[in-house]
Amino acid sequence: MSIIVLQLFIAGRTPRTEHAIATLRQLIEERLIGHPCELVIVDVLTDPQQAEERHILATPTLIKMSPLPQRRIIGDLADADGLLAALSLPPLSPA
Amino acid sequence: MSSSTAPIEKLPTGIPGFDHIANGGLPRGRTTLVSGTAGSAKTVFAAQFLSAGIQQFDEAGVFITFEESPDALRRNMVGFGWDIATWEAQGKWAFVDVSPQPDAEELVRGEYDLGALLARITYAVRRVNATRVVLDSLGAIFTRIDNSQLIRGELLRIVSAMRGMAVTAILTAERTQEYGEIGRYGVEEFVTDDVVILRNLIEEEKRRRTIEILKFRGTSHQKGSFPFTVIPGEGVVVIPLSAIELKQRSSNLRTRSGNDDIDRMCGGGFFRDSIILVSGATGTGKTLMATTFLASGAAQGERVLLFAFEESRDQLFRNATGWGFDFESYEQNGQMRVICNYPEASSLEDQLITIKKEIESFRPQRVAIDSLSALERVSTMKGFREFVIGLTSFIKHQEVVGLFTSTTPTLLGGTSITEAHISTITDSIILMRYVELFGEMRRGLTVLKMRGSAHDKEIREFIIDGNGMHVGKPFRTISGILSGQFTHTAPSEIERLGNLFKDDSSSI
Repeated sequence: MSIIVLQLFIAGRTPRTEHAIATLRQLIEERLIGHPCELVIVDVLTDPQQAEERHILATPTLIKMSPLPQRRIIGDLADADGLLAALSLPPLSPA
Repeated sequence: MSSSTAPIEKLPTGIPGFDHIANGGLPRGRTTLVSGTAGSAKTVFAAQFLSAGIQQFDEAGVFITFEESPDALRRNMVGFGWDIATWEAQGKWAFVDVSPQPDAEELVRGEYDLGALLARITYAVRRVNATRVVLDSLGAIFTRIDNSQLIRGELLRIVSAMRGMAVTAILTAERTQEYGEIGRYGVEEFVTDDVVILRNLIEEEKRRRTIEILKFRGTSHQKGSFPFTVIPGEGVVVIPLSAIELKQRSSNLRTRSGNDDIDRMCGGGFFRDSIILVSGATGTGKTLMATTFLASGAAQGERVLLFAFEESRDQLFRNATGWGFDFESYEQNGQMRVICNYPEASSLEDQLITIKKEIESFRPQRVAIDSLSALERVSTMKGFREFVIGLTSFIKHQEVVGLFTSTTPTLLGGTSITEAHISTITDSIILMRYVELFGEMRRGLTVLKMRGSAHDKEIREFIIDGNGMHVGKPFRTISGILSGQFTHTAPSEIERLGNLFKDDSSSI
């Protein structure tokens, strides 16, 4: 089973950013249990080179790097429903 | 901030002609909107803003591309002589690539802003220490992000951040029609204080590019639209016609026309820094006049330049040989340059640029254009008038004598559009006309105008033989030559009229 790699690009610590991070953490803890999962948070204000390399336009932007296919979601993930489907990740029933 | 009360400074763009109509350049430290329809050369203009900055002022630039990929831009701009890849390696040019990524599908879940874009722009500007920034183009942002309210707010944030970084920027935007709203999203005007419009018009089935500075808030610029052209190896060249100031020098130095009779009629020859218009029907001897004029210059060791739009080089040289002038040897020793071109070969704007370039590189003392009227047919009236004004004022700044020929549309009498447009600009006008005299076609010539000098006012007969042109006696018994409506007057009547005036003057 491949590892799930998520990158979240944010622009500083704003309420919107916090909301996106919280939503994502919750998703990983509750819905992706048993899957090795890596979440990298990149602040474009301190690491603009990364944003340049990944062609990030909006913040927050979430990229699922693996497993392929890559998926990009922009927004603060307010609408958590269907997020897994949007990421093409298998919705797992809690163990 | 103290700069808010300081006068607005201009940043010279280095785009040929643009700084002239912009009274110095773009407002420094601000963002100028460059709006135009598809194909109006917005991207070229924007890229040239950065290239000219690097080449002429050693100012670094950042190009934020929303539409074309950096690779495509690097490739497309090579033709203008802009080696973007090298400048990138030297740290003078940086791309911020926001072009659509084919492999990255984006979904929207919730609220967002363009903080990442702003961070990347700031980073790129700091990295190369940029003075100039380009955002190309607004329309592409709107196609990528479907939220105009958000974009408007974010653009304002980006523009004010750029102001904070003290960069001078260009933001390009599409418009759907040549005249009408500045941009199609209705946000453009609010974003910037300065608006430049590029147009790609079609007038009488001829393409014409124009540029207009619509507004520079708080600072001056030339009003109205000016033609421009896009040239390989150079990019945008604006032709600031009506912005040309009438401050050319004039000289009292006379140059020989190559024909003693004409010199005499002109009161001692043509002035240097002057323009002579030779007008006549086809076959009256205009090309001969131009040929003689150039040959006489070359014989004195001057450099002479001929633009021929009616005859080929071979024809011209053969005819010159017929009059006893060896153009071939003048050309070989570098005294003469002949440029033959079909008027249809390029647009009038391009012709003007070619002519200017040739004059600047060859630095002739004499220039002839045979004929100016041939260029009429490739342009609109307005375009032609602008061309003639641009050309004459340029030539007058070059310390050369210019001789233009103009063909009248009718054989007898008549004027051409060329004359109507340039007669006030030229310093001298020589008319050559056919004269019907008792069943025979003769040729007549008169000096209509000779600015700053006395001249012969009679209409004289001239003949052309193997040695060239010979001016003879005035037509005494004929009137109405210029209009083409001849009336013959009996010699006795002329005598009577002459005596009448003599009597009058003596009786006073």
